Amino acid sequence: MDLTVIWAFIIAFAVFAYVVMDGFDLGIGILFPAFKVGDARDQAMNSIAPVWDGNETWLVLGGGGLLAAFPLAYAIILPATYPLIIIMLLGLVFRGVAFEFRWRDPDHRAFWDFAFTGGSFAAAFSQGMILGALLQGVEVADRAYAGSWFDWFTPYTLLTGVGTVAGYALLGATWVIWKTEDGAQDTAYRLAKPTAIATLALMAAVSLYTPFLAGQYWTRWFEMPNILFAAQVPLLVVILTYFLFRGLYRKQEAAPFLISLGLFFLGMAGLGISMFPYIVPDQITIWDAAVPESSQIFMLVGVVLTVPLILIYTGWAYWVFRGKVGSDGYH
Amino acid sequence: MFEQFDAVMLARIQFAFTISFHFIFPAFSIGLASYLAVLEGLWLKTGKQIYMDLFKYWLKIFAVTFAMGVVSGIVMSYQFGTNWAVFSDKAGPVIGPLMAYEVLTAFFLEAGFLGVMLFGMNKVGKKLHFTATLMVAIGTFISAFWILSVNSWMQTPTGHEIAANGQFVPGDSWWDIVFNPSFPYRLFHTLMATYLTTAFVVGGVGAWHLLKDRTNLHARKMFSMAMWMAALVAPVQIFAGDLHGLNTLEHQPAKVMAMEGHYDSHPDGAPLILFGIPNSEEKRVDYKIEIPKLSSLILKHDLNAPLDGLDTVPDADEPPVGMVFWSFRIMVGIGFAMLGIGLWSLFARVRKKLYDWRLLHKVAIIMAPSGFVAVIAGWITTEVGRQPYTIYGLLRTADSVSPLAAPAVAASLIAFIIVYFFVFGIGTWYIMRLMSKAPQPGEKGVKATETGPVRTAGIAPGPAQKDGLAFEPSASQQKPEE
Repeated sequence: MDLTVIWAFIIAFAVFAYVVMDGFDLGIGILFPAFKVGDARDQAMNSIAPVWDGNETWLVLGGGGLLAAFPLAYAIILPATYPLIIIMLLGLVFRGVAFEFRWRDPDHRAFWDFAFTGGSFAAAFSQGMILGALLQGVEVADRAYAGSWFDWFTPYTLLTGVGTVAGYALLGATWVIWKTEDGAQDTAYRLAKPTAIATLALMAAVSLYTPFLAGQYWTRWFEMPNILFAAQVPLLVVILTYFLFRGLYRKQEAAPFLISLGLFFLGMAGLGISMFPYIVPDQITIWDAAVPESSQIFMLVGVVLTVPLILIYTGWAYWVFRGKVGSDGYH
Repeated sequence: MFEQFDAVMLARIQFAFTISFHFIFPAFSIGLASYLAVLEGLWLKTGKQIYMDLFKYWLKIFAVTFAMGVVSGIVMSYQFGTNWAVFSDKAGPVIGPLMAYEVLTAFFLEAGFLGVMLFGMNKVGKKLHFTATLMVAIGTFISAFWILSVNSWMQTPTGHEIAANGQFVPGDSWWDIVFNPSFPYRLFHTLMATYLTTAFVVGGVGAWHLLKDRTNLHARKMFSMAMWMAALVAPVQIFAGDLHGLNTLEHQPAKVMAMEGHYDSHPDGAPLILFGIPNSEEKRVDYKIEIPKLSSLILKHDLNAPLDGLDTVPDADEPPVGMVFWSFRIMVGIGFAMLGIGLWSLFARVRKKLYDWRLLHKVAIIMAPSGFVAVIAGWITTEVGRQPYTIYGLLRTADSVSPLAAPAVAASLIAFIIVYFFVFGIGTWYIMRLMSKAPQPGEKGVKATETGPVRTAGIAPGPAQKDGLAFEPSASQQKPEE
């Protein structure tokens, strides 16, 4: 396997790690107004306070890693989705500071709770639209974005945006189920079912829409022999859906969150099938965009040495704050 | 609002704005992380409660600062692509890996241990908690290492080759890229700057509470520690700055010409212009006050050494003189003022008046934010001074920008300005509110629910919690130690 493919997997891993970790984090923000002011909100917030910063670091790795490994893709995708990126970043600013500010200023806690929700929603929605904008194709000429201003604004990208919001909300609800008790948990159980239904419906809608975007996707998904492999993805989605609802009806605590992550993993796999080996669909392959081998090797050494350590101490940090969060924080 | 600027200028303003705002937070949190590690280490070593009290006091401030540093930092990792796409494409193979190393070795380390540092004291025990604090402090240092290597490579590029497609690609040795000629100087100078910045904030807060109650032991301790830092680090920093300047003279002489205001060459000894108004149209400094031959003495260690001026540089390659000239003087002026405070504090210590000299405390309060002004002025000096290039001598700023139209960049710039002033303005206000409360025995930590609704009453300090402006009585029942 060549280094470029390895790097494509590393970036995909970073993006997936980001979605896994910040997904529930943003999802809690999206669902925040549904939790009762007071105990339930505090529990929901406390369940992510010690880890949100680490979660968002994966987004920096995704952006920084893309610049480092595939600078041409970075240089095309970011200008192509410029307003979405700016909205996402500003959303993250608001929700990030809300973690600290809401405790520092009880008089304006309602405002910072609103900022937490608004910022989380804006970030999730624009992330979904960025993905949609990439999938529907980006115009490229002479190593640069050559499209126009609002290419990223289409029914398809709105669909992927809403889908991402719903998916993150599902992750958020199931995380709160796992990490809290009483009022917060009850609310989360109530929210999990509709968000699960919305997520699955939107996943289906995006999956049905995508093959009609351009010739490539149709070929990848529906022609022999690809279909033999690709068909496993929707099949597994159906199986996981069964277990997700079973878990929710039986009031299982950890399973719904883990199964929801499984759904996201399948979504990522589907994305991989749709795109590989392109990084900008039908325009730039990963080999077109890759940095020279010496850069790849230099960074790979760093990844091999540090990522296992990062996973160990991140895991340790989660372990330290394991169990139910309680209403007055971890102690 | 920005009709008079083209897309390149707007992209520059946007980068300058977002990076300046961002850097304020690390400039404080790098130094503060080290200070917290020192406090916790002293607490473990001596067992004295005062160190833990101070640790918890500054930890609350650190938490707010760090959150703002994180969110403004995420913006930076995308600014390269949104506004400087051509630069990103061309320089990506060289600077991208260094930034990836920053994320892998620094950001994850800081973020991974921050949760334990803030909330985990009762969960992991003293030793492991101290380890977490150390990891956060080390993480801030490693972060500075990589990002300053990137910046220094852009200032003094070495170790690269230029590929057929126009990209800068690594040459034989990454060592030459990472340890490029200006990097060691810039790293040391910047780290010392963050330590000084933190020292003056801590000193200013200590002085404020000493003015309210000169017997407050906690205020005394933090003021004393901060003044030691000022006295010891300010002279080192001035010396390091001088070495950095000599390095710049060697690699980026035009920047030094702009700093000095030398429009003309001086074949037999250049004067040091203390003040004046650079007039770029007439290419001279108006109303200048200068000391003959001193610039040659400083830069060449010889009164009569010839120094070239901007007349030797083609107009198209000149940096803007006014901004560089002024920001350099602001930075140097503050540096010497810091040295002055440091020496004054030593004198006060000898006279046993460190905690009673009210004028010293008042001046220390005025100087509290001076470190931030100095670091921003320093960055303006070095960044404007390397214009018109992004990669010095090789890639022009005008050729680095994204294919964006001016209105798009202007709109996002306005959004950044509004949001940053609003959010970070409020955050700074919260930090000042925390600072306005006197540190006291039994200081509480950052437990997320500290001011939360479910908090048990009893220990809560009452009205001051609701109204942060009210000053709590400090723990002045204790007698000051002699």
